[in-house]
Amino acid sequence: MDRIPILKLGGTLIVTIQVDMHDRLALALEEDLTAMIVRTGARGVLIEISALEIVDSFIGRMLVSIAAVSRVLDAETVVAGMRPAVAITLVELGLELTGIRTALNVERGMAMVQARLVEEGDGHGSSRDGHEE
Amino acid sequence: MTVTKSETLPIRSGDDVVRVRQQVRALAIDIGLGLVDQTKIITAASELARNTLDYGGGGEVRAEIVQAGTRKGLRLTFEDQGPGIADIEQAMTDHYTSGKGLGLGLGGAKRLSNEFHIESTSGVGTRVTIARWK
Amino acid sequence: MSMDGADVLKRALTEDEAAILEAWYISLREGTSLQSGRIREAELQTQAKAVFGQLRDGLSSGGVDADADSYTPLRENLADISRSRAIQGFTPTDTANFVFSLKEPIFEALRRKSAADASALAAGVWAAGKVLDRLGLLTMEVYLASREEVIGRQGQEIAELSTPVVRLWDGVLALPLIGTLDSARTGVVMENLLQAIVDEEAEIAIIDITGVPTVDTLVAQHLLKTVAAARLMGADCIVSGIRPQIAQTMVHLGVELNVVSKATLADAFALALRRTGRKVVRQQATVTGEHR
Repeated sequence: MDRIPILKLGGTLIVTIQVDMHDRLALALEEDLTAMIVRTGARGVLIEISALEIVDSFIGRMLVSIAAVSRVLDAETVVAGMRPAVAITLVELGLELTGIRTALNVERGMAMVQARLVEEGDGHGSSRDGHEE
Repeated sequence: MTVTKSETLPIRSGDDVVRVRQQVRALAIDIGLGLVDQTKIITAASELARNTLDYGGGGEVRAEIVQAGTRKGLRLTFEDQGPGIADIEQAMTDHYTSGKGLGLGLGGAKRLSNEFHIESTSGVGTRVTIARWK
Repeated sequence: MSMDGADVLKRALTEDEAAILEAWYISLREGTSLQSGRIREAELQTQAKAVFGQLRDGLSSGGVDADADSYTPLRENLADISRSRAIQGFTPTDTANFVFSLKEPIFEALRRKSAADASALAAGVWAAGKVLDRLGLLTMEVYLASREEVIGRQGQEIAELSTPVVRLWDGVLALPLIGTLDSARTGVVMENLLQAIVDEEAEIAIIDITGVPTVDTLVAQHLLKTVAAARLMGADCIVSGIRPQIAQTMVHLGVELNVVSKATLADAFALALRRTGRKVVRQQATVTGEHR
C-alpha cells in the first residue's frame, strides 16, 4: 500500500498531500504521523493541502484528529494552502476544523511553527514550568 | 426534465468512493459547473457514497445529466439495500451519527446541493437523491 | 365551421400570394422597425416571405391550430426572428407587429375572394385571426424570455463588477461592499475575495459594509461564512463600516456577528497594519516644518 511521505525539517514534520485521498491512505497518514512525532520529538506538524481538490468530512476528521493527537504530544499542527473552493465547501458542510491553525502557504506555515519554537526556546526548557513558578 | 446522460457506478469499497468522486467531477465539468459548485457536488457525493458504504453495506450510485428548459444539472441517486434509517429527521440533524463519523454526512450533503430527497424503509434500504443546477 | 374557415384562408393564401405579400411589405415598410435602422428592407422581406410560406404549409395540414406539429418550422423561425429582435433592442410593439401586420393584407384578400359569401368571409377572417393571434403571442413569449436572459446575464455581470477587491498594502486586502447582499451575489463576492487572498497572499482582508443598506440574519450569516472560509485558508477578516443604525437593528434582531469589527475602514486598516507588525508614524521633519 502506498503511503504519503513525511519529511522532517528541524523540529517540524512536513507532509504535502498530492493525491486524491482514499480512506486507507488517510488512516495510514494519521498513524505514521503520530509514530513519527513520538520518535523524533517534533514540535510542529505542517500539512500542505493546496493540491487537494476536496476535503470531505472524513478527511476533515483526519485533520482534526491529527491536530488533537499532536497537541497531546506537545506538537502544533498547521494546515497550509487550502483552496478557496474547498474552504467554502467546508464551511457549508459545517466543518470548522477546530483546534487547527491555518496558513496561506508552506512559507507562512513554517514561519508560524518556527515562531512557536523560538518563543519556547527562549524560556530554556518548558514554558509551562515557567508559568507555574 | 430530460435525462441526457446516465451511468451507474458500484459502491463496494473505499476505492469505489474515490472513483465516484472522479466520475462526478468529470460530469460536473461536462455541464460547465463553476469551480466552487464542482467542489460542492463532489464533496456531497463523497459524503453520500461513504454513507452508502458504511451504513448501507454497499450499493450503487446513478449519475445523470439532466436538462430542464435551458438549465443543465447533475443528479445523483445513491441506493443501498442496507438496514435503512428509522428516524430520518433525526439522521438529518448535524452531529447525529450512528457510526464513528462527525455526523455531517446527510445534513452536509443537503446544504451542498440544490435539491435533496431521501427515502428509507427500515430493513429494506435507503435512497438519497441530490441535484446541483448550473 | 372552423375547417371551412381554414379552407377559405388556405385558398386565399395560395391564390393571392403575390398581392398579400406586396401589401405586407408595404405595411412593414411603414412600420417603425425599418425607420430605427436596425434591420434592412431586404432582410425584412426575406423573413416575411419565409414566414408566409411556412404559414401556408402549416395551414394545409394542421388547420388553424398554430400549436400543431405542421406549424413547427414556422414557430421555430418566428422564435429565431423574435429572439434576434429582442437582442437587437426592438420594442415589443415592433416585434409583435411583424406578425400582426399580416392581418390586414390577409383580410383584404379574403374580402376580395369571398365578398359575395358572407359566412365564408366570416369563417376565413375568424381562422386568420385565430392563427395570427396565437403566432403573435408566441413571438411575444420568446421576446420576453430572451429579454429575461439578457437581464439575467447583465445581473451576473453587475454582480462581478460590483465586488472589486483592492489591495491596501502588502498582504492587506479590502472589499468595499455596496448594495444589497443576496445569496447569489454573496457567492460571487466570497469567491472573488478568497481567490484574491490566494493571489495576493493576503494575511488580512477587510470587509467594509459602509455601502450595505441593511444587515439581516441572512446577510450576517453570509458574512460569517466568508470569514470562516478565509480563516480555513489562513487569513483573518475584519468587518468595518457598520453604521450606528445597522448596529442597533442587528442587536434588536438578535443578529450576532462574532467577528472582529471596527467602526471605519481607517480603523480596520490601522489594526491590520498593527497585526502585520507595521506602524504608521508622522515624519519628524514634516512636523517641525509645520511648526515653523
